[in-house]
Amino acid sequence: MFAVFRDLIRYNVEFAIGAVLVTVIVIFAGLSFFSPVDPTQIYLAIPDQPPGAQYWFGTNSRGQDMFWQLSFAFRNTLIFGLTVALISRVISIVVGLAAGYMGGWVDRVLMFINDIFVAIPIFPILILFYFVLRSNLNGFTLALAMACFGWPYDARLIRSVTLGLRHREFTRQAVFAGMSPMKIMLEEHLPYVMPIVFATTMANMIWSIGLEVTLAVLGFTNINIPTVGTTLYWANNHSAMVVGTWWWILIPVIIVVLLFIGLFLLAVSLNEYIDPRSRLRRMGA
Amino acid sequence: MKAYFFFALKRLIQLICVIFAGCSIAFFVSHLSPISPVESIIGRVSGQSSYSPEAIENLRAALTEMFGLDVPLHEQYFNFLRRLAVGDFGPSLLAFPRPAIELVMLALPWTFGLLTVSTLLTWLIGNVAGGLAGYYQNSRLLKALGILAIAIQPIPYYIVAFMMVIIFGFFWPVLPISGGFAMNVRQAWTPEFVLSVLHYAILPAASLTIVGIGTWFLGMRALVSNIVTEDYVTFAELGGVKRNRIVFSYVMRNAMVPQLTSLAMTLGAIFSGTIITEQVFSYPGLGSLLVTAVNRGDSATTLAVSCIAVIAVASAIFIIDLLHPLVDPRVRAE
Repeated sequence: MFAVFRDLIRYNVEFAIGAVLVTVIVIFAGLSFFSPVDPTQIYLAIPDQPPGAQYWFGTNSRGQDMFWQLSFAFRNTLIFGLTVALISRVISIVVGLAAGYMGGWVDRVLMFINDIFVAIPIFPILILFYFVLRSNLNGFTLALAMACFGWPYDARLIRSVTLGLRHREFTRQAVFAGMSPMKIMLEEHLPYVMPIVFATTMANMIWSIGLEVTLAVLGFTNINIPTVGTTLYWANNHSAMVVGTWWWILIPVIIVVLLFIGLFLLAVSLNEYIDPRSRLRRMGA
Repeated sequence: MKAYFFFALKRLIQLICVIFAGCSIAFFVSHLSPISPVESIIGRVSGQSSYSPEAIENLRAALTEMFGLDVPLHEQYFNFLRRLAVGDFGPSLLAFPRPAIELVMLALPWTFGLLTVSTLLTWLIGNVAGGLAGYYQNSRLLKALGILAIAIQPIPYYIVAFMMVIIFGFFWPVLPISGGFAMNVRQAWTPEFVLSVLHYAILPAASLTIVGIGTWFLGMRALVSNIVTEDYVTFAELGGVKRNRIVFSYVMRNAMVPQLTSLAMTLGAIFSGTIITEQVFSYPGLGSLLVTAVNRGDSATTLAVSCIAVIAVASAIFIIDLLHPLVDPRVRAE
């Protein structure tokens, strides 16, 4: 595992850039654990200070130090993205493995449901969730709702791999040796699927973070929890660009775009490492 | 022909299931709400003038029946499905007592136009440029475009939209940044109105297009660079077939098939992109209607927009699926 990582860093420029970007942002988010200020409090600093020696990222119109504020925001956003990715990974692995190995009517039923989930536009439905739950909509509930919609593409990808594994010699041997289907799927097939799971995790994080920010910018999440989206919401709400506090919008936008580029490069280079042909599937992953 | 008929029938059944499932999810989510539309109308009415308790009680009974809330949840659900078939979502709260579907129908053409134009533009430009970049791999210009595409591709729609508003709103105000058409133009099928609509659509469409092109560019480039290594391309080159002909009829045509499938799959994402774009540019489409309805607590309109969105996107995917066999002979045989 470590050797693979070292080789990727050394020989794959895309992977190296992606890893550096993501690491820097994770460290930045980690700094929030040592923050001297409470991110939920307002008017702790002089409002509207441009970036400088005292306030590295400036302060916003709500009197918050943007450096620590963003550090909290990125921690929450990263945790959110990871939560969605992990939960939806579990669903996609279960569905993908079962559909691929079992075949027959199990496969048909699961893929039928899969097709339905691919086609439902989830954005209006997520807004409905906000409409119903309002301020009770915390990060975890939203993550759970998004995870329920974020699995179908990846389940299909996993299924296509397991379809190939099913006819391999070792699967047949495992069956003759009396292994239960459950055991074959988890112990024999899952290791082959894991690399894809890692690669799709990044793509799924980009998707979920992007969606969360979109919802938050419109004010459709709990705006009192600092995330990248709510930071942009407040900036927009205080007309940051009009009054000239450009750093309030520009800095989070730059960092989130760097995060997206980093995750995207990681996903792409991992995909190419696993299977050169997967470049074809890049837009579907 | 018979195979195509069965293929279309299968897709049609799937379409109905998607619409059924999507609308059902929307219905049950919206009925978790503790806010009753009846009470909010009564609150609004009785806040404006004083009514006798009997009048309020009569109004409550009438409204409960109007919204179909006087029966248990499972019956409400069946009623909802029955009304969905005829496009009835009950009265909206925004413009009570106008039906919610009327508001949706007013907003739908705007979103539909914006979505169609930006999707087609994005898809065409991205695929042609990506195809050329995949074939002429040594071109400096196309290489630079590739790097640009990688950088732009992960940027979300709203950021580009914000940037557009900032640039064209404050630094270089040459294009309208808000609304669907000029205030002084009457809404009718006159050339003046159409031009105004197009003029106002430039920025929203551009912000949707810029983000999308990157994805198609990268996908197409990867597809084409795989295809150019195939034998038939080499034979064509050796045989002296014109380069343009090789690129467009031999290479791109074969790469089109997976790109058409992805078009269907990304349509839902483009739709959520238009919602936020409309909000940023105050464009009078479904997105703006949805946001207003949510902020005013209008459950009927919110549910109507969600269901129409599901139906619209699912139908678009259905149409793309039907076109699929015309491009790809392998699907016809399936």
